[in-house]
Amino acid sequence: MNTINNSRRQFIKNAGALAIGSTLPISLVELAFADSSENFTFAYISDSHIQQIKGNRFVRNWDRGLIRAVAETNLLTPKPDFVIFGGDLAQLGSKPELDHGAEMLSALQGKVHHVMGEHDYYLDLGEYWEKLFGPQFYSFDHKGVHFIVLNSIRTYDDWTYKRWPTNEQRMLEMAGLDNPNGSPFMVGEQQRQWLLTDLAKVNKNTPVVVFSHSPLQKIYKGWNFWTEDADQIQALLKPFKKVSVIYGHVHQIQYNQIGNISFNSVMATAWPWPYPQSYAQAEQYLPKLTVPMNRADPFFERDATGWQFINVANGNVDLQYTLYNNTSRLVHFNPKTKRPEDAAYQPENARILPQSHF
Amino acid sequence: MRHLLLPTLGLLTLIICTQSEIASANPQSAGTANEDKLLGLPPVPTPANNLQSPAKIELGDKLFHDKRFSIDGTVSCANCHNDQLAFTDGLPVSVGHHGLTGTRNAPTVLNSAYSPRQFWDGREPDLEGQSKQPLVNPVEHGLPNHEPVLQIVRTDSYYQTAFQSVFGVSAAKVTIDHVAKAIASFERTLVAGNSPFDRYYFKGQTDALTEAQQRGFQLFIGQGRCVSCHTIEQDHALFSDGRFHNIGIGINQIQQDVPRLASAFLEAKSKGGEVDVMVLTDKKSSELGRFAVTDELSQIGAFKTPTLRNIALTAPYMHDGSLKTLKEVMDHYNNGGATKPGDHVNDFLSGGIRPLNLIDSQLDDLVEFMNALTSDQYAVTKSANSSQAAN
Repeated sequence: MNTINNSRRQFIKNAGALAIGSTLPISLVELAFADSSENFTFAYISDSHIQQIKGNRFVRNWDRGLIRAVAETNLLTPKPDFVIFGGDLAQLGSKPELDHGAEMLSALQGKVHHVMGEHDYYLDLGEYWEKLFGPQFYSFDHKGVHFIVLNSIRTYDDWTYKRWPTNEQRMLEMAGLDNPNGSPFMVGEQQRQWLLTDLAKVNKNTPVVVFSHSPLQKIYKGWNFWTEDADQIQALLKPFKKVSVIYGHVHQIQYNQIGNISFNSVMATAWPWPYPQSYAQAEQYLPKLTVPMNRADPFFERDATGWQFINVANGNVDLQYTLYNNTSRLVHFNPKTKRPEDAAYQPENARILPQSHF
Repeated sequence: MRHLLLPTLGLLTLIICTQSEIASANPQSAGTANEDKLLGLPPVPTPANNLQSPAKIELGDKLFHDKRFSIDGTVSCANCHNDQLAFTDGLPVSVGHHGLTGTRNAPTVLNSAYSPRQFWDGREPDLEGQSKQPLVNPVEHGLPNHEPVLQIVRTDSYYQTAFQSVFGVSAAKVTIDHVAKAIASFERTLVAGNSPFDRYYFKGQTDALTEAQQRGFQLFIGQGRCVSCHTIEQDHALFSDGRFHNIGIGINQIQQDVPRLASAFLEAKSKGGEVDVMVLTDKKSSELGRFAVTDELSQIGAFKTPTLRNIALTAPYMHDGSLKTLKEVMDHYNNGGATKPGDHVNDFLSGGIRPLNLIDSQLDDLVEFMNALTSDQYAVTKSANSSQAAN
């Protein structure tokens, strides 16, 4: 961290301009020195779960989480190049929920790219969401990086189309955890074909960043911390030199490296989930934990929630987590070990306990 | 009752011990019912490098009331922390030299000895650090630096003798830190517990509170959720968690300016701007609250939880003195951080602030409970004030 502080001071000295607190990400400061013009940042807000109570009444806590993340994202200086919303904007996929969420997101300055979450999808299979935010899967290029957005929360057609008497029930079944009536998430054949075609146009040295709602790795099936065809997606991404997958859904900080692919999760603005490890009634494959999620203090509604800004440097992603009533965390790609690591808590002797404000 | 007799007795013994130390050390409190003065309060925390002594406290008292420590010879600490007004000034925001006004309401010095951080934004960790800032703030005492204070204490014969006997330093060697230590020592004697609430809660005197006050107390720890920040412990009550919260005061009105203000503030700070000067001379920057000190996003618009002890004596309320009565304060909280129902609530509001759905009579009960937090020794101040107002 000393080098970062030094570069901060140096930056202030050289530029004579801004002092950089938590308002301005440290990664952005380093960016100011970077030789490469292809380094940039974007912000990532996810899992707001806007929930209608009745009429124009919505769950206040979830509203406040999104409102706050949006307002803070707008304070970033320099401005992030774009913002990703990582899915689960709504709780039960209804028009009022999606409209209300979209209205709060409209305060964001700059371009917003959307990822589909299961809570947005299973009422009308994304029909209204598409009207608001565009296609369910797509790709775009930005400053030398190829970005891909997948809808990773689809499932077997039989479950989706033939099982449920009403769309509402289908939505409710998929919204539950440990639900024996649930079904595993998957990207599916249609998108895998599209992905194959899309990737065929991309040079293997081009850094690839994939956004999905569910992890494109298998962690814990009971909570759908899982994508059924993750192995096939990973195989499609294998030929590329630098690949990062960033996912929501898990409402906690996770990171992992599988082959050439770095995995990072993002925080929710609504509420935290515990680690499946604390609920090990079934097999789970969570990568080694550094700092388990703290148990939220009920007084601080925003405790154990957050949002993040992401520095893309030399094609790798570094995630800076803004955590309320807690110390911010940085999970960055370590070029020596070639995997994502927690900047402060990675060494065994630097670990801290969960369930307290850290 | 929620406490056992034995721990209570133990606590009382502790309190009496601590008290007798302070009582004997504090000439001001001689002749009052010292035994109970600290009922409901923990022992006064005293830093190891600034222990209490009667002579030091007396010196601090003199310094606290000395108007010469200002650019025009009119401002002492006691101007804004007036002994007769429960160590506040009764004004929305404080008035310094030449009638200049700052941006913040003078907090009472009473029980500030217990606060883990000083000032509304906590920019100083202790009373020693706090006491040095107003002297050189352009809208308070207005001195260019601490030299004029030192010139006075080095040449005044009373101070020469006093600093020599208290700190063992010759006049030439007195520093502003000696001055600060003496003032802080005096302030550590300005502690007051023993309110009707304390007798009700810690002594089990059920008739110490009126029925309305008892209802108010139940709301305070229940539906009103007040106790989440204005804390009550098993054996004492400071009525403050010492933390910083955005409760929708001040910041609600400048929400749209925050992006500009925040970056301009950080820029000014990086160029050497003094936080205390910037926040007391610019109303809008003042509303950034604790963010101005820590640069942390989660502290935008957040201010320190003040104690509620003697709150009935310290109107007007909030960090900017914008609310005149305790009823207005209750309304603000009941609206979920909006002074008027339907006012826009700022985006950075603290999670603990939410609509309470209390009805008017419940708000009245809460106000009544606030009236039960006045220490006996200052209840006199209150009646003197009200008779003054009546005249």
